Amino acid sequence: MKSVLRNKKAIALFVLPSFILYTIFVIVPIGCTCIYALYSGTPGLNWKFVGLANCRKLLMDPKVKMAFIFTMKYVGMILFGQVGLGLLLALMFRFWIKRFNNLVRTITFFPIVLPLIAVGQLFRKIFEIQPNYGLFNSILANIGLTEYVEAWLGRPQTALICLVVMGLWNSIGFYAVIIYGGLLDISNDIIEAAQIDGARPIQLFKSILFPLLRPIIITCVVFSFTGSIKVFESIVALTKGGPGEATVSLAKLMYDTAFEAGNYGYGSAISMVIFVVCILGAYVIRRFDSKEV
Amino acid sequence: MKYGCTQKLKKSLKGIIIFLVILIDAYPIFWLFTSSLKSPSEFVVNPSYSMPEGVYLKNYAKAWSQGNMGVYFRNSLVYTVIALVFIVILSITVGFALTKMEWKGRSLTSAYFMLGLMIPVTTSLIPLVKIYRSIHIINTGTCLILTYIVSGLSMSIFLTTSYMRALPNDMFEASVIDGCSIFSMMRYIVIPVMKNCIVTVVVLQFFYKWNDLLFSMTFISDKDLKTLQTGLLYFEDQFGTKDWGAIFASVSISVFPLLIVYMFLNKKVIEGMTSGAVKG
Repeated sequence: MKSVLRNKKAIALFVLPSFILYTIFVIVPIGCTCIYALYSGTPGLNWKFVGLANCRKLLMDPKVKMAFIFTMKYVGMILFGQVGLGLLLALMFRFWIKRFNNLVRTITFFPIVLPLIAVGQLFRKIFEIQPNYGLFNSILANIGLTEYVEAWLGRPQTALICLVVMGLWNSIGFYAVIIYGGLLDISNDIIEAAQIDGARPIQLFKSILFPLLRPIIITCVVFSFTGSIKVFESIVALTKGGPGEATVSLAKLMYDTAFEAGNYGYGSAISMVIFVVCILGAYVIRRFDSKEV
Repeated sequence: MKYGCTQKLKKSLKGIIIFLVILIDAYPIFWLFTSSLKSPSEFVVNPSYSMPEGVYLKNYAKAWSQGNMGVYFRNSLVYTVIALVFIVILSITVGFALTKMEWKGRSLTSAYFMLGLMIPVTTSLIPLVKIYRSIHIINTGTCLILTYIVSGLSMSIFLTTSYMRALPNDMFEASVIDGCSIFSMMRYIVIPVMKNCIVTVVVLQFFYKWNDLLFSMTFISDKDLKTLQTGLLYFEDQFGTKDWGAIFASVSISVFPLLIVYMFLNKKVIEGMTSGAVKG
């Protein structure tokens, strides 16, 4: 009877195409990157085996150090913002908004569906100072804070802040909606019981909501971390790495090294750094999770 | 009396915060659309936040024809739609085979496909360029579509397998007893019951593919094959930073389709998000 579900030909037909495509274009390239990281130059031109020299170069290279520090700063701020503010928004959806709940959620979720490049162009215009004031500067000028008008994308510190603001604006709704989903799973009875027992909002959050939300928050941290560690698009769209090289992330540095400077080997070594940091970070977050519980 | 007063104050404070959140989320987009309707002189004379004085549609005409947005738009649409069709077919067949059919190595294959969820796509970029160059499909639509398909596989298979696992086996067994072949089962049972899951996969992947920059900017150098996102990126180089109206119009063009898709499907998207597709 079950022979239909054991039909070998059908299984092969269903699985093999994906399996082959996936192997050739996803798994093999990862292996290749590991191998390329041991070479220097451009394949076919000056491709030569250098062993662990790239690794040594990585540790000494001030550009890599700068990109690494920048990426970490960015990841830290984004992580804090996405999960922290996302949580606040989710709590707001759950406890404050009775009417129009759907509408508010729809609006806050919307920015995530916009292309990052479009968002980047939009925010470039918002923070613009030349040739005419952008939205932010023109509002500042109008409410009399003219001395605060500034080239927001022209200074390293503010450029980083602009990137974070844009990243948060773009993605916060996503995290808010996921955490809100978790809040919905917590039954009203528990919350009401706590309220009857006289729990203040902060107590309610600390001893009831947070422990129950913990798994979802951890998932969000992982998402946020793995998403922001490879930050590339928003930098290309908003600051192009500038001013100078102040906002070059690891992924941008990898791209520039490989495709602008033509050093594929060293570029691969940098992308291995991203890979390792990504896996390590995810591991540490999971570890942290299981230990505390 | 005093109690009522603080209560009122609290309520209006809440209202103000909610209003601010909505304002921050919605206003930039509103500003984008209104600015795309401004004439060049308005940008110079009026402050940025002011409303347009009239409807200046020349920006759109300029973005569409001179800015090549029409071509980019068509390219993005073609690449995305073809990739989506393949992703849906492949992920459903694999999902079905991994959950409902019986064969050796099933769980191992499943774990193998899930590996892709962990790997940042950035890592495979350099080797992909080399592979495509060696089989001579770099700088063609084919290589981009291929990349879109494979980069969406893990996530989509993850979604289809978790959805199918929840479906009762009886349904498929009953159809076998009724003399259904595997292919007619696919056609008449699997695809209809998977409708919701297909929508989730399509929507998520549509957003990912439509918004892709890294791949299209790396693989495609031919101007007529570029996608909307790469086009947007170089728009400013081409038109200079002065022509704000045209830039806003071109950004709006890239945003409209998403707005429409989102308006029709936002319930499904948000439901999918809250009901556990990504909770892991």
